[in-house]
Amino acid sequence: MKKVIAYLAVGFLLGILFIKSEVASWFRIYEMFQFKSFHMYGVIGSAVVIGIIAVQYLKYKKAKDFSGETIEIAPKDRSVARYLLGGIIFGLGWALAGACPGPMFVLLGTGFVSVLLLIFGALLGTFVYGAIRHKLPH
Amino acid sequence: MEFLYSSWPWYVAGPLIAGTMLLLVFMGKSFGMSSNLRTLCSVGGAGRFVDFFRFDWKSQQWNLWIVVGVIAGGFVALQFLSPTAPQINEEAVVQLQALGINSTNTSFVPTELFSLDALLSVKGFSILLIAGFLVGFGSRYAGGCTSGHAISGLSNLQIPSLIAVVGFFIGGLVMIHLLFPLIF
Repeated sequence: MKKVIAYLAVGFLLGILFIKSEVASWFRIYEMFQFKSFHMYGVIGSAVVIGIIAVQYLKYKKAKDFSGETIEIAPKDRSVARYLLGGIIFGLGWALAGACPGPMFVLLGTGFVSVLLLIFGALLGTFVYGAIRHKLPH
Repeated sequence: MEFLYSSWPWYVAGPLIAGTMLLLVFMGKSFGMSSNLRTLCSVGGAGRFVDFFRFDWKSQQWNLWIVVGVIAGGFVALQFLSPTAPQINEEAVVQLQALGINSTNTSFVPTELFSLDALLSVKGFSILLIAGFLVGFGSRYAGGCTSGHAISGLSNLQIPSLIAVVGFFIGGLVMIHLLFPLIF
């Protein structure tokens, strides 16, 4: 129960963050791909720079998490095709929807019913990937 | 209070996103939002048709709680803490007008795409469905989205994540520079 509240709290903060930083705004995504503002690059860039420093430090120190386990981040499988092709398909959708999977959920708060269709599309896309993944280059 | 009502600059938002990712690392989890789409498919019974969805989704329940929190946080921020819509670059506003999108700087997302009228038109319906489909299909194919690859993956210095992020940008640039003029 305590853990559920902790996850809800982390999600709640993320939800506020996605809106207040406007990364869930379709307009900000458009502006980013038009190179008209530093905002999105600043958000992602500063998160990555801080993330790299912190994660590398934690790994170097063999730091423990809250439950006492040594922190380990599972590496992804080596491949080019799946990351490049999957990435391009995702990018096409990201720019058209103006939202990636986290912000997609946050947009429910706008009250636009159409956000449900967007999420339904994302679930359908995930389902179709699961159904045909053996036929795709990985 | 002023801070809560104005939009947050990148140097506040970026570090907070990194902080959230690290908090999850300390909780023994990883920051990845698109995995929830797979989990939701499993919860909905997709495992009966496709083995990819036959896994112990209850082990991923923690991430669904995060989604519930995200929805609630977004609702509170949009309804109570956001008196002004995002104000974007003026040149981008003009470019959008040329595409027939005039709700810039007055709405969080374009009403031309998200209003009920748009939803009930064949074109509007198709755009949202296809956009969502590409996001869902692409993120699972690539094994992660902006949170899993761009934030967590790059922080872990993973080459696959770098390739995926390059892909995200190729796709995004193609959509906005080549396909938008054809779609809108």
